[in-house]
Amino acid sequence: MGFFEGLLFLIVTVLKVLLIIVPLLLTVAYLTYAERKVIGAIQVRKGPNRVGFAGLLQPIADVLKLLTKEVLVPTNSHRFLFLIAPILSLAPAFAAWAVIPFSDTAVLADVNAGLLYVLALTSLGVYGVIVAGWASNSKYAFLGAMRSAAQIVAYEIAMGFALVGVLMVSGSLNLGDIVRAQEGSIFHWFWLPLFPLFIVYFISGVAETNRAPFDVAEGESEIVAGFHVDYSGMAFALFFLAEYANMIMIAALAVIMFLGGWLSPVPFLPDGMFWFFAKTAFMLFFFLWFRATFPRYRYDQIMRLGWKVFIPVTIVWLSVEAVAILLDIGPWFDIRKT
Amino acid sequence: MDLKLLVFWVFSLVLIGAAVGVITTRNPVQAALFLVLAFFNSAIIWMLMEAEFLAITLVLVYVGAVMVLFLFVVMMLDINLLPMREGYSKHLPWGAAIVVAVVVQIVLLIRVKWAGSGLEQPAPKPAEYSNTEELGLAIYTDYLFQFEVAAVILLVAIIAAITLTMRRRPDTKYQRPHEQVQVQKADRLRVVSMNSEDNQDLTGKVAKAPVDAGGDAGVAGNAGGTTNQGAQS
Repeated sequence: MGFFEGLLFLIVTVLKVLLIIVPLLLTVAYLTYAERKVIGAIQVRKGPNRVGFAGLLQPIADVLKLLTKEVLVPTNSHRFLFLIAPILSLAPAFAAWAVIPFSDTAVLADVNAGLLYVLALTSLGVYGVIVAGWASNSKYAFLGAMRSAAQIVAYEIAMGFALVGVLMVSGSLNLGDIVRAQEGSIFHWFWLPLFPLFIVYFISGVAETNRAPFDVAEGESEIVAGFHVDYSGMAFALFFLAEYANMIMIAALAVIMFLGGWLSPVPFLPDGMFWFFAKTAFMLFFFLWFRATFPRYRYDQIMRLGWKVFIPVTIVWLSVEAVAILLDIGPWFDIRKT
Repeated sequence: MDLKLLVFWVFSLVLIGAAVGVITTRNPVQAALFLVLAFFNSAIIWMLMEAEFLAITLVLVYVGAVMVLFLFVVMMLDINLLPMREGYSKHLPWGAAIVVAVVVQIVLLIRVKWAGSGLEQPAPKPAEYSNTEELGLAIYTDYLFQFEVAAVILLVAIIAAITLTMRRRPDTKYQRPHEQVQVQKADRLRVVSMNSEDNQDLTGKVAKAPVDAGGDAGVAGNAGGTTNQGAQS
């Protein structure tokens, strides 16, 4: 590849990236709106309803407000790390979208090791939290960072094991191939044969994104706001953006690996991108529902759930699955074509 | 100039810069973060060499897990760097000699390999070639025994680390979650029937409350705490 061909390739790729990032940002904005509306409905109140029709312009107003606020840097903080931490948490949250297949053909980078790539990038998000907590030079922020680090390391293992189960039945690390292995109807999707792993994966995903009821890293009532207590204005908004982008990411991955991605649930309806978005929205609703319903976990209970419940559950189910694959139990486990 | 070569140079320079940063910076947290940067850049260089699996595993294992725990420890410890820096000039000649020896060895090795065996640049594999699959096949068929031995050694290391750090203190209080989950309503709640205020003698003598369960006014008494804390190991 010559230099100019490479340059052209770069420009086309950047345009494709924008085609993913801009709708993603809009989705994040309206996910915050949806969250406030849903939680409002659950708590029998109206939620935002003043800015625009039915409060639809509320996210725009929030963004404008955050943009005009000053970004304060505490005097005793580590200035460079303090400013780079929000970017460290946002960049992996966006970069992971490169390998997500929206439909059979719509994928930015159709790489072979797509699942590993996603796992690697989601594990990087914790640096934003740790660096922010340390660089702020504040006790509360530091406590939040420490909690987050321990929690993410614990739940990443359960999450990784749950994904190993998906690899075993699909026989591929490519996210597109994983979806293609679920062809058929709603009963061919992996949520049915891998139900325990599906549950473990999704709950670990909620824990990884530091969402309620696993939001001890923020813990307003104990450590004020955790790792981002010293952040204001746009720097704070970036942390928020990363959290919501990660939520959508986890929901999209759950859809791809357990709910058949872009495949339609019944054979007589056509497959398409629409199904992917509908299922992702369905999974996202659970995040909001959890937040409105469950009280925050105590820290030692989080650790117990991760290490002593989820990891044994995944290991047991992996053994069950291995036996099922060995015995060629159809229609899910007869993947040994060679 | 080739775009790939440009990418290689950019990332190798950042890699070398980060590696130098690890040993020159005075702040241990900064040093750990420089090491993260170095890992990340070497992963990208592996990626350029079409070793995607190794590159991603490097990020996943070292950057995503090992360095997080490293940072965790480094941030918690109050490391005093001054005693460590004592004798810096005394050890400097030795250190420099070792570095020179290592560099000379590496250069000699690469030159001998290249010059002696006439190795060519391997041809790029086709796009559908998956080195994840090849590695898996190699590890689980040809090198299964070595792989198992490595796994057992790691297991021994885990058990050793746990036994070294586990201290049972007699005064530590533990929870027993299985007991907490199995608690019934009857263990914690006592319903006491007593007469309502209307039937009581207002002169001061309280009418004797019937103890049978037929009364309509129940008072919920919470006997004991709500959690089953204090169970000792």
